[in-house]
Amino acid sequence: MKKEKTSLLKNSAVQSILASLLCILLGLLLGYIVLLFINPTGAWDAISTVMKNFFTYPSRPAAMKYFGSTLVKTAPLLMCALSIQFAYKVGLFNIGAAGQYVAGAGACLYAALAWHMPWWVCLILAAVAGAALGALSGLLKSYCNVNEVISGIMLNWIALYSANLLLTGVKEPASPYTNVVANFNSSALLPSLGMGKLFTDNQYVTIAIPLSVLVAIAVWVVLGKTKFGYELRATGYNKDAARYCGMNEKRNIILTLVIGGALAGVGAAFMYLSGYEQWQCTQSSVPAMGFNGIAATFLGGLDPIGTIFASYFIQHITSGGAYVDKTMYCSQISDLISSLIIYLCGFVLFFKYFMNSRIVRREERKSLKEKEKLTADSAAKTEEGGRK
Amino acid sequence: MEETYAVEMLNITKRFPGIIANDNITLQLKRGEIHALLGENGAGKSTLMSVLFGLYRPEEGTIRMNGKEVSIKNPNDANALGIGMVHQHFKLVECFTVLDNIIMGVEPCKHGFLQKAEARKKVVALSEKYGLMVDPDAYVRDITVGMQQRTEILKMLYRDNEILIFDEPTAVLTPQEIGELMEIMRNLAAEGKSILFISHKLNEIMAVANRCSVLRKGKYIGTVNIADTSREELSHMMVGRDVQFEVTKKPVEPGKVILQVENMTVASKLHQNKAVKNVSFQVRAGEIVCIAGIDGNGQTELVYGLTGLEPLESGRILLEEQDITRTSIRRRSAMGISHIPEDRQKHGLVLDFSLEDNLVLQRYFEPQFTGKGGFLKRRNIREYANHLIEQYDVRSGQGPVTAARSMSGGNQQKAIVAREIDKDPELLVAVQPTRGLDVGAIEYIHRQIVAERDAGKAVLLVSLELDEVMSVPDRILVMCEGEIVGEFDPKKTNVQELGLYMAGAKRGAEQA
Repeated sequence: MKKEKTSLLKNSAVQSILASLLCILLGLLLGYIVLLFINPTGAWDAISTVMKNFFTYPSRPAAMKYFGSTLVKTAPLLMCALSIQFAYKVGLFNIGAAGQYVAGAGACLYAALAWHMPWWVCLILAAVAGAALGALSGLLKSYCNVNEVISGIMLNWIALYSANLLLTGVKEPASPYTNVVANFNSSALLPSLGMGKLFTDNQYVTIAIPLSVLVAIAVWVVLGKTKFGYELRATGYNKDAARYCGMNEKRNIILTLVIGGALAGVGAAFMYLSGYEQWQCTQSSVPAMGFNGIAATFLGGLDPIGTIFASYFIQHITSGGAYVDKTMYCSQISDLISSLIIYLCGFVLFFKYFMNSRIVRREERKSLKEKEKLTADSAAKTEEGGRK
Repeated sequence: MEETYAVEMLNITKRFPGIIANDNITLQLKRGEIHALLGENGAGKSTLMSVLFGLYRPEEGTIRMNGKEVSIKNPNDANALGIGMVHQHFKLVECFTVLDNIIMGVEPCKHGFLQKAEARKKVVALSEKYGLMVDPDAYVRDITVGMQQRTEILKMLYRDNEILIFDEPTAVLTPQEIGELMEIMRNLAAEGKSILFISHKLNEIMAVANRCSVLRKGKYIGTVNIADTSREELSHMMVGRDVQFEVTKKPVEPGKVILQVENMTVASKLHQNKAVKNVSFQVRAGEIVCIAGIDGNGQTELVYGLTGLEPLESGRILLEEQDITRTSIRRRSAMGISHIPEDRQKHGLVLDFSLEDNLVLQRYFEPQFTGKGGFLKRRNIREYANHLIEQYDVRSGQGPVTAARSMSGGNQQKAIVAREIDKDPELLVAVQPTRGLDVGAIEYIHRQIVAERDAGKAVLLVSLELDEVMSVPDRILVMCEGEIVGEFDPKKTNVQELGLYMAGAKRGAEQA
């Protein structure tokens, strides 16, 4: 069969990228306007600092080091984004990813600090904890018809306080933070395989970074290329049709949230087993990682590969926000700017739809004109022929 | 002298991404006439009505009422201009009374309190004037579908609407009720109301309309006086070619029993009553058995029980002498049941999937489509899809990769028919396989069903369309309130007799 030639703009991937870039630009613009309102003199500096992130360091080794740090935090974000995306493709909105992330954090830190387990056991336990929480949402959804958003949000809090409770047993005596993994059980730290050297001896750079990219590719393959992914997508798009053709839609829903939960749980392990952060046992809000995953997955055009870049970008501006001049702006400004951009990221699908309808309309007009011209031409020709 | 029309839609053009739904369409409705709007699915009837109702803004064209140009931006504007519509699926609140439903949205109030007495008087007066015979105090859930439709009509009259749009109003009615509806429509027209009657049923248009405008593929074909035209001409205008109305088939030669249903009882999701009550029947190889009846009399649940979508409360199902009462949907499908579902968009297709992915929906797991490690064999799927598309003439924009959502209803249905028939089933369960399709597609699907029967398959057809019930099957079972109330030979019965059984007025006399 002849493949029809389509314009580049009609390509869905190209559209996604354009829409994402448009969202980023708008987000930056909005952020800039807000900064102008607060303090016009430093606005341009501030916004460019956010965008520069680690490039603010003049020396290359320092920049590389902090580039590494940005990557370290990108890996867990990517995992959370994939968790949400995986469920989204099956028609579920896994807002519980935030809680699954917390459950994973609790499990891996407790296993590392209380049981002195090696890193891979901690990693598996984190996945299991996230999966268990996901399974709970899934069971409620498929057997009691409880919306996964409701159960997810409530489980987020249950997970947070359970994790706080559990990890209080392994915290530093004088602070609310958990013990430093590197000091207490260095076998629980994710191996670096020498990658830290590439980033000016950044000890937090571990296999988490390549692993998360591999998981993204795996998600892409599973959803797009396998029978399992076909079933999950069919269930997500139309669960009545899935049932009609004999798929087990209840099992598919539970399995999806189990996998989503495991992805988020592993994300937490990527964060806390790198040693980059300690868990604060008194925190009273669910870590933003899971929620930022929502923005990352939409900015990535709901495509696992696109999400890799989107996750990086969101982490890039979040980290960049930390460098904003605190003498001119209050310390929350970095979060405000990045959340503005993240908020705008939610509009990707809207822009994509908008672009699409514009293009189609334009093409129609063009073909209409051509047709008119053609008929006019042929009319002229016949007239000419008649005269001859 | 120039005639003024109640409504004129002039040169309406409405585009959607990728499609021109209405291409320069002109529709002129005279006062006091019944004007039929005829066209196959996807011809643009609904879009045109949505434009008139203010749901869509047209890119080009104007709407005039009584000679004056009007702008209809939303349904409220349409209401204010006296345009009312009876939707195909009624918009009634089941747990409200008829009166409550009628005044909904225009409740007469004094100081924030409802003034129902006056409204009631007006409703009763209107009901008597047009012979609607609706009890204003009955609850909607307790009255028949025909009565519900009259409630919808009263709703329009209560709002003093002058332009009444009926969207496929006869789909849910018995033959007797259809007759009554036609009478009501004539009365309304005689009182000066202008009626737009959307339909694809030629008999009804011939019976009741004064004029008929025909649309085809978004284009305006023409307007004819019903007195000067014929069924054949109308169908030619609608489809663009001559259509054969009669289903030709060989005499029936039933073979062994393929499907045996014994005392099937299925619970209802809607009410406490059983949806299917103690039903028994058989279908043999090489025959088409039709379950006829009015919508909502247990046919849907019967099919759900048969295909495994709902569990049975009691009774047995035997497929080729094997008990499949508790067998899973997938297993039943593998054992030889094909199911063309009632609602093609709900059950039949995953609209966001491509056509090829939909064509393998019942067999994607077979080794020819799924290889080792659970990877789909995309090349085989593409080949198979191309083969089906060619053999069953499924038309779409981009072949196998077309999104199912973007296909026309007829071609969506063809895709399902292709998928289900190509499975080479022992039993084909076809539920309203021609619902909402144009005559061309209906003709095609009937031919496919008859071909299956001639190939020695058992076919169970569930239909609400009397034309279909009379022409396709070899045996008719009439269902009413969850029970089979009569069995007929289509050659020895007529529509009137079936109608009485369908409405529950007669029952029991076995004729077979």
